[in-house]
Amino acid sequence: MSTPHVTGAASAAEEEAAEGRIYDVAGEDWDKIVSAGDEDRSENEKIVVNMGPQHPSTHGVLRLILTLEGETVSDVRASIGYLHTGIEKNMEYRTWTQGTTFVTRADYLMPFYNELAYVLSVERLLGIEDKIPERAQLIRVLLLEINRISSHLGGIGPFGMELGATTIFLQGTRFRERILDLYELITGLRMNHAFIRPGGVVQDMPPGGLEAIRGFLREAPRLVHDLRGLVDANPIFRARTRGIAYLDLEGCMALGVTGPMLRAAGLPWDLRKSQPYLGYETFDFNVPTETTCDTYGRYMVRMNEIEESLKIIEQCVDRLADRASITDDPWMINDAKIGWPARLSLGPDGMGPSPEHIAHIMGQSMEGLIHHFKLVTEGFRVPAGQAYVPIESPKGELGCHVVSDGGTRPYRAHLRDPSFHHMQAVSMLCEGGLLADVIPAIASIDPVIGGVDR
Amino acid sequence: MSDSEPPAEQNGGLPAKLGAERLEAPVVREGLFGVHGTPDTSGYGRLKVRKPLPVSTPRPYGGYFDAVADALGSALEADGSSFDDAVERVVVDRGELTFYTRRENLVQVMERLLHDPALRFEIFSGVSGVHYPDEPGRELSAVYHLASITHNRRLRLEVRAPDADPHIPSVTGVYPAANWHERETWDFFGIVFDGHPALTRIEMPDDWLGHPQRKDYPLGGIPVEYRGTKVPPPDERRSYS
Repeated sequence: MSTPHVTGAASAAEEEAAEGRIYDVAGEDWDKIVSAGDEDRSENEKIVVNMGPQHPSTHGVLRLILTLEGETVSDVRASIGYLHTGIEKNMEYRTWTQGTTFVTRADYLMPFYNELAYVLSVERLLGIEDKIPERAQLIRVLLLEINRISSHLGGIGPFGMELGATTIFLQGTRFRERILDLYELITGLRMNHAFIRPGGVVQDMPPGGLEAIRGFLREAPRLVHDLRGLVDANPIFRARTRGIAYLDLEGCMALGVTGPMLRAAGLPWDLRKSQPYLGYETFDFNVPTETTCDTYGRYMVRMNEIEESLKIIEQCVDRLADRASITDDPWMINDAKIGWPARLSLGPDGMGPSPEHIAHIMGQSMEGLIHHFKLVTEGFRVPAGQAYVPIESPKGELGCHVVSDGGTRPYRAHLRDPSFHHMQAVSMLCEGGLLADVIPAIASIDPVIGGVDR
Repeated sequence: MSDSEPPAEQNGGLPAKLGAERLEAPVVREGLFGVHGTPDTSGYGRLKVRKPLPVSTPRPYGGYFDAVADALGSALEADGSSFDDAVERVVVDRGELTFYTRRENLVQVMERLLHDPALRFEIFSGVSGVHYPDEPGRELSAVYHLASITHNRRLRLEVRAPDADPHIPSVTGVYPAANWHERETWDFFGIVFDGHPALTRIEMPDDWLGHPQRKDYPLGGIPVEYRGTKVPPPDERRSYS
């Protein structure tokens, strides 16, 4: 049979009549396809290729439908939704506090940012924004900046592997593993933390936490140096990324692009500087920018942001160390109607409410028991209204639109995820370029499908 | 904390809204703990929570909000419309400015917000749908968040549409980035954005029935459908009795 392999019978024939010849690459038929290609090759032939939803270099279950003219991409359509888990719908059926356990799972490479965007919106609805203890704010900033580093590494490391450089991936993973160890020490978990809660954070820094972070800060510059030495001036990496996926300031503005992509186009727009939250205005750091508007510039912005984040972490650790002498320094709001009643402690059987608290509610105070029960099962009420608090996540503007009807559950919670927004730019980044440049273009957006689909 | 109710001390210690006015508000919740149909003898069963009537903030709004409203007003007047025609009411709550915009004027307002030099809201931060089944005639809400880099400002627009006529004009002609956000809102709430280039489902499968984030759509209990086969919901899959 010299004609290419044709699937089905009648339906396939109809489809071919409508769409042109369809090749079904099913394995062991490569010779047939090649010979068929020799027969009817024409100048203007367009090929539609489906990439994904399981392609390893598309950052999760993303599907791209590419129209190719030879090796040039003439049309790209992104198809998403393969990882939709109904996080926003589920939140409407849980208390305000339980909402953090859902949002943390959206973009799983930046869990603390999802939590913070949600929690800041809830705190604005509650009107307690200025009553959050200083210590809680410092622990939040500390975790956020550590998370910024790990999120950027989660973008850069696998990007290296997508270009065929396993070492970049391994170096990035080794670096990121040190950060996951810190997460585990501070929150008990490597991901899905639900650590930032309305009113503060769940727990204080553990004993030895600040020393562990100082140890990391001593080690991190060398890890950054190693990674940069491997990538920054690498001729193959530069050839694959410079001038690729060009999107200038005008394009960024038209598409509402924020984050490293915007800063790689030369605009130093960073919500930590322009609309500060959590007291970022008191920290000393710079907003790195590049003017190349390409994949390489976005990589450089991310790498420079890692170094700036290390500066912020150091300032945070110093401030927390200065506060060590304060005897009563809470990490949860001093409001019995909102703050979680139990303080957690580590017992012989794992993490749980502290023995003092259990003794208090079980042995001494009936009212304490009722209060604990009401707050834990029913939750607190949030005054009716709506709020949207944007924060600068590693990927761009992340916001949470929260609506309350005055009840104990969110009436509506919506994450404005930067990955979702920026995936719209894929067509603009890829069309007219080569097929091989689609991979760096997507990696330069750094999308995480958990956040895109929610 | 609504702005239509002044603090009690300004009113001789009396609540701002009395008797009949308070009772006009629609009942939003009865009883406590969501219990229905039980012989509740605690007295809480007769508790009725009424939703406050829609508030409207009087001027001055404070901060840059007045400047935004003035600039939008003069921009709309130059365009043959007016602020009061386009914006039903203005709400300033918790430091955020919201324009409740009439849907007929939405595209015009967005166009002015983007292009007028005194406004310049360049960054489109998405559409969030909300379903209010208890507000007849204005059940569906589309909430737009905008940001201006030039002036470092933020603004929220809210547009309402009735369930019977779920149409809102698309703003993709003004903000191309609204494309996927409007598709998502159509997918989850069934709001039809007129003029959208390709209003198809985005998160749910193409052949999905219903709009899952509406309040009348249940959580769970939906059969899993994939390519013609149907798997019952987890709680109905098998029985060991």
